[in-house]
Amino acid sequence: MPSLKDFRVRIASVQSTKKITSAMKMVAASKLRRAQEAAEAARPYAEGMEKMLGNLAGSFKGQAGGPKMMSGTGKDEAHLVLVMTANRGLCGGFNTNIIRNARLLIRELKDKGKQVKVLCVGRKGRDSLRRDYRDLIVDSFTEFARKRVAFVEAAEVSAKVTEMFNTGQFDVCTMVYARFKSALTQVVSRQQIVPFPMPESAAAPMPYEYEPSDTEILEELLPRNLAIQIFRSMLENAASEQGARMTAMDNATRNAGEMISGLTLKYNRTRQAIITKELIEIISGAEAV
Amino acid sequence: MADTLQFELVSPERLLLSEQVEMVVVPGTDGYFGVLPKHAPVMSTLRPGVIDVYRGGAIAQQYFVAAGFAEVNVSGITVLVDEAVPVAEITRAKADERRASAQSLVEKATSEDDKRKAAAAMRVADEMASVAGRAN
Repeated sequence: MPSLKDFRVRIASVQSTKKITSAMKMVAASKLRRAQEAAEAARPYAEGMEKMLGNLAGSFKGQAGGPKMMSGTGKDEAHLVLVMTANRGLCGGFNTNIIRNARLLIRELKDKGKQVKVLCVGRKGRDSLRRDYRDLIVDSFTEFARKRVAFVEAAEVSAKVTEMFNTGQFDVCTMVYARFKSALTQVVSRQQIVPFPMPESAAAPMPYEYEPSDTEILEELLPRNLAIQIFRSMLENAASEQGARMTAMDNATRNAGEMISGLTLKYNRTRQAIITKELIEIISGAEAV
Repeated sequence: MADTLQFELVSPERLLLSEQVEMVVVPGTDGYFGVLPKHAPVMSTLRPGVIDVYRGGAIAQQYFVAAGFAEVNVSGITVLVDEAVPVAEITRAKADERRASAQSLVEKATSEDDKRKAAAAMRVADEMASVAGRAN
């Protein structure tokens, strides 16, 4: 039977854990708001880009060829998997879910006899995948998104992907990340970014004049679009991470509260039992005299 | 009041500017071109240079842009840029700093691709320096 002191120590330790988790929850909540704002602010660019691509797609429709980044290399042999995770843990199942999905994808591709390469963005993904797929990881970016997601970081990743594509190191690139639905739910998704699926242009293409030419614009636009897609998913990931952490820390705080009340109850019972025992000893001692 | 058109300046991180203006002059790859209301639809890539925003018959704002795209259609002009800096904020020192980093890129470049990138960075730095020279 634990002594009273043991109980006091336990309670104090759970209490300080609770303090930490509730502080982390509050920090995550404010970071989540900022991450959401950043995601919101990035929307106009992505939409403008989409519109331009849509218009260009209209003028390219029915034509064979076009830049390789859009039409593909014509092969489906080597796959690049871009795994986006957080740099830090303590955010519930966030990283685990993304990594599980990525593993599944890698296994599926390997079963089909494809060649698989992995590019990790975020430390957690790299650390976990390194155990099983060390030889598949071509590179990893782990110094990212310390405070906020900057576009230059996405541009760096996209430059790496573009370079690998241009040197023929892969045919298809798929990105695994968590799409932000709400603070409570994040959906792990896969998105193919190379070759880029052309957006269907809704309206009939407007008679644009192109300067210098439509092909040249498209060639400029596609790598930039890649950067934007990566940037967007990094922002989504950042928001998801904070959302997941907020939920996880909320649960942890609640569990700690429950544990404290349970322990306090046991502590009081034990104290009472000891007092009763001492009283019985005194009384029976007095009676014996 | 003269006719106006909607002008939007957008960077990947946020919407920088969205307002009604009289004329915009943008640095297209094939040369500067001015956009007035009811301009024919044009899509163009941009080179490093300055965007002039006209209001009330005079230049109201100037932005230095490194690279990007401009799209003109019936609803107005949308400019997508990697970075935009108000010209007033450009100083000699900043331009020199930029130049130094571009220079180191040029020296480090080995592959064709790197060389092309370094040259592009150099062009941005040069343009920035000339803007700084004009401003001060």
